[in-house]
Amino acid sequence: MNVFAGSLDRPNSYIGRSVTRPNAKRLLEGKGRYVTDLILPRMLHAAFVRSPYAHGKIVAVNTEEARALSGVRAVFSGEDLSAICTPWIGTLDHFRNMKSPPQVPLALGKVTWSGQPVVLVVAESRAIAEDAAELVELEIEELPALADPVEAMSAEAISQGLDSNICFATKLDSGGVDEAFEAADLTVEQNFIFGRHTAVTLEPRAIVADYDPSENRLTAHHATQTPYQFQDVYSRHFGIPEANVRVVAPDVGGSFGMKLHVYHEEMAVVGASILLGRPVKYLADRMESFVSDIHARDHRVTARLAVGKDGRISGMDVDDITAIGPFSSYPRTSAVEGNQVVRLMGAPYDFSSYRANLSVVFQNKVQTSQYRAVGHPIACAVTECLVDAAARELSLDPFEMRARNLIPDNSYPRKSPTGYQFEKLSHEVCLARLRAIMNYDDLRREQAELRGKGILRGVGIALFVEITNPSPAFYGVGGARISAQDGAIVKLTPSGEVHCSISVTEQGQGTETIIGQIVADQLGVDRAKVRVMTGDTDTTPHGGATWACRGAGIGGETALQAARKLRNNLLFIAGLILQAKPGELDIREDWIVEAATGQQRISLPEVARIAFFRSDTLPPGTQAQLSVVHHYAPQGYPFAFTNGAQGCLVEVDAETGFVKILKHWVVEDCGRIINPLLVDEQIRGGVVQGLGAAFFEECLYNPEGQLTNGSLADYLVPMACEMPDIEIAHVETPTQDTELGAKGVGEAGTAAASAAAMNAVNDALAGQGAVLTQIPMTPTRILRALGSI
Amino acid sequence: MKARAFDYVRPHSVEEALQAFANADGDAAYIAGGQSLVPALALRLQAPALLIDIARLEELHGLSVIGDHLRIGAATRHFEILNSGLVRTHAPLLSKAASFVAHPAIRNRGTFGGSLALADPASEFPAMSLALGAEIEIASLAGNRSVAAADFFLGLYETALQPGEMIRAVHVPAATARTYCAFDELARRRGDYALVGSGINAEIDNGRIERIRIVFLAVGSTPVQAKNVENLLIGNCLTPELIRKAQETLEADLDPPGDEQTPAEMRMHLARVLLGRLLGRLEATP
Repeated sequence: MNVFAGSLDRPNSYIGRSVTRPNAKRLLEGKGRYVTDLILPRMLHAAFVRSPYAHGKIVAVNTEEARALSGVRAVFSGEDLSAICTPWIGTLDHFRNMKSPPQVPLALGKVTWSGQPVVLVVAESRAIAEDAAELVELEIEELPALADPVEAMSAEAISQGLDSNICFATKLDSGGVDEAFEAADLTVEQNFIFGRHTAVTLEPRAIVADYDPSENRLTAHHATQTPYQFQDVYSRHFGIPEANVRVVAPDVGGSFGMKLHVYHEEMAVVGASILLGRPVKYLADRMESFVSDIHARDHRVTARLAVGKDGRISGMDVDDITAIGPFSSYPRTSAVEGNQVVRLMGAPYDFSSYRANLSVVFQNKVQTSQYRAVGHPIACAVTECLVDAAARELSLDPFEMRARNLIPDNSYPRKSPTGYQFEKLSHEVCLARLRAIMNYDDLRREQAELRGKGILRGVGIALFVEITNPSPAFYGVGGARISAQDGAIVKLTPSGEVHCSISVTEQGQGTETIIGQIVADQLGVDRAKVRVMTGDTDTTPHGGATWACRGAGIGGETALQAARKLRNNLLFIAGLILQAKPGELDIREDWIVEAATGQQRISLPEVARIAFFRSDTLPPGTQAQLSVVHHYAPQGYPFAFTNGAQGCLVEVDAETGFVKILKHWVVEDCGRIINPLLVDEQIRGGVVQGLGAAFFEECLYNPEGQLTNGSLADYLVPMACEMPDIEIAHVETPTQDTELGAKGVGEAGTAAASAAAMNAVNDALAGQGAVLTQIPMTPTRILRALGSI
Repeated sequence: MKARAFDYVRPHSVEEALQAFANADGDAAYIAGGQSLVPALALRLQAPALLIDIARLEELHGLSVIGDHLRIGAATRHFEILNSGLVRTHAPLLSKAASFVAHPAIRNRGTFGGSLALADPASEFPAMSLALGAEIEIASLAGNRSVAAADFFLGLYETALQPGEMIRAVHVPAATARTYCAFDELARRRGDYALVGSGINAEIDNGRIERIRIVFLAVGSTPVQAKNVENLLIGNCLTPELIRKAQETLEADLDPPGDEQTPAEMRMHLARVLLGRLLGRLEATP
């Protein structure tokens, strides 16, 4: 239940307020401290020798010359590190019959993707390490590479010990699908291709592993979203007691899901530090990032929709093949995206007959795994493109088509055809709001006028549902040691300020800001007096950290409950000092006040002074508890689903195939908004990543499994010049599962931006005989669809 | 991504720089803006033993009009070309092209001579030097020589420069009242290498084309002049019909390369579209 007042005119009311980020100035001044800024005494540097082939047998590795180079401290190959690191396998128990080959830090016997690390060189400097890496001789017998997912499905298994290249397959069937299609007035069917893309964080992956043999203690300074998960991984796989492993994530320059997977390089560097007893630093350079960071998407979907002539959807049938690289990533697996694709299909709409087939396939490319909006953009694009295709067939306006099908706002709680439980969504309100902020009727008028002049404008919309606030149903039930709960320590300093250390982490998205807002709000203190600390397993409680849009909803609730606990303790002590009833007191603007009148009674610094330095003046038996620790795990609904609607306006140059994105709109319902400014910027950033997928970003491979555009000159990330204004509006439907009522928002923008863009392009091309069902929608693909080339 | 170790010198004159190169047994590279060389070093695509820094040599700087030529010092930065009133007046085609060269950070450092010496076929300045009929002034220990742009670009990253030679300046015939020009390119993102680009420089008298050079970039291993199209146009007035014919003729001039992402057919198509658009919007010298 949401019980807090939430009114913005209270003193210290920060929840719902657009406040600035306390860490922004530091970062802008260039004073951020990232892993690569760290220089430790006796620190060495790592460089990797990578497989030039996508598939091959290692015949010989000659490291003699490399070892002899001055400044080289060690050269490790597969056997050296496997001896001290147990293999990891990326499967989850609740994905039945899922399989994946065991992974070790450096290739043993075989290489299975181009870029796979084979040899690790450790030297006095990175430059020397790279010099030595050039001297390593790899003899690899090239084997045929499996680049195409469909081919891989029936080809011989890439990994010894597995009988095929099927990692995971599942079927969903609610029943009645065949009947629905037989009875349908209209069936629309399309084949979709979603290209691979990757995260391209500003800060690449980085680690300084510092093993101290005298204490059997490992400290990993690691650019990661999930320090606790890595504490567990390093502890288990290197056999170091968990309490002796400390993972510190200092400033992190963007993650987007990419920085929570186990990578071979990080494991190798930790192993090297253990073997050498010295700190070892590794920073992925941009070329390495492209061939070793996780990629995402890479889905081929065939889907059809059964529709009545009244526009009502009665059934949906989906087949998704997704290729994930040579193994499933660890510990979250590479099957989650496909699983979410088939479970989020049709999510906004009111129909019950649904069937899906999912095949998750191994191939010889770098691993894919969870990246911002896991599965959502695919499910959303497929659903929304089919809905638009049906609307076109039936000459229904896209808004009208959706209005006839969406789940009514007054029909919650309810289940989706794929079994997701929706507490309360707001599609009707969002759709109406979107239409209003787009000035939709004006856009259509303008579109018709310009069409007369040969200018092709297109308007596209898309509804979406987003998974946030995941409970242990996400990973815990599958046996993964990934926490769905978070913990916070909130304490009063002897000067009366507040210190909060919490397990959710900061990647630049503003987690620390909103945690500070919540704590200040709930305690009744000035926000400037709250210091928030994150990202260190030694000084913060264990928790899930940052993934799947959980920071505000779960981390925020943790902070709220912890702050209230401290507030109660403060009022108790203040009550003793003032000889008043704690229930009649309140904290406002750093003062204990009389709740009824607001009369100031004693300041927080004074309470702190008495509690810490003059405890002798408190009644006998009183122990002031001015540090509280509190954990919170989501209960109730397994996930807090959010929803929203997006619109996109484009202009297509039919001669060149170039698309100008003119404007984008988002209406979003993430429940209680803690900081509107940060929420809006999260959405904008997410939209840009979605538009990147729609128009620019794609990891291109040749048939030999070589990435052919692995640089920032060739891999096109969306840039400011090509991005439109993004207008945002909000609907707030707080979850009743928490007192804060917040749900996640980080993936909302990405979830539907590419779908809206696809619909906009296809709207522009309607009447030209062209339909695009592949992203990115490049000029070449558009001209091909138009038949111009 | 660290460069192999190299030595570095900053000579005080072109003469000294040429001598330093000669002393390095051919294992040296001149560095000015470094916008292409430094990434190549970091990627270890190039690993000279010696870098000779010529960026600050006074004699390589400066824009001036000498007779009927605009002289561009080799170390003139891209942003200087973009912002120069002299260039706008005397070589408006270069002004137009300059805003398409990469991004401001690169334009602040990259040099005009460096761009020509690298001879990237997708770069704007090599192609526009050809379109303008520029003469390239080359310094070497054997003495200065001059090569026409038409004879300068020999192949992919290959020029008429001999080892150790350096571009000192580029001379561009100054525009007249009858000069018309246009430049455009199609790039996926602003500042990217273009899928195809083109610049046209023409002398037009009373609507009649007296001379014209049409050069395309990113369609081959060097900048490519569309000579068949030029011959078709010379002596004629531009009409929609003639422009259509020019577009049809272009196939005889270009044989663009293709890849999976941008097939040859796509580049050819875009080149035709671009040609039509540029011929339709030739602008007089300001």
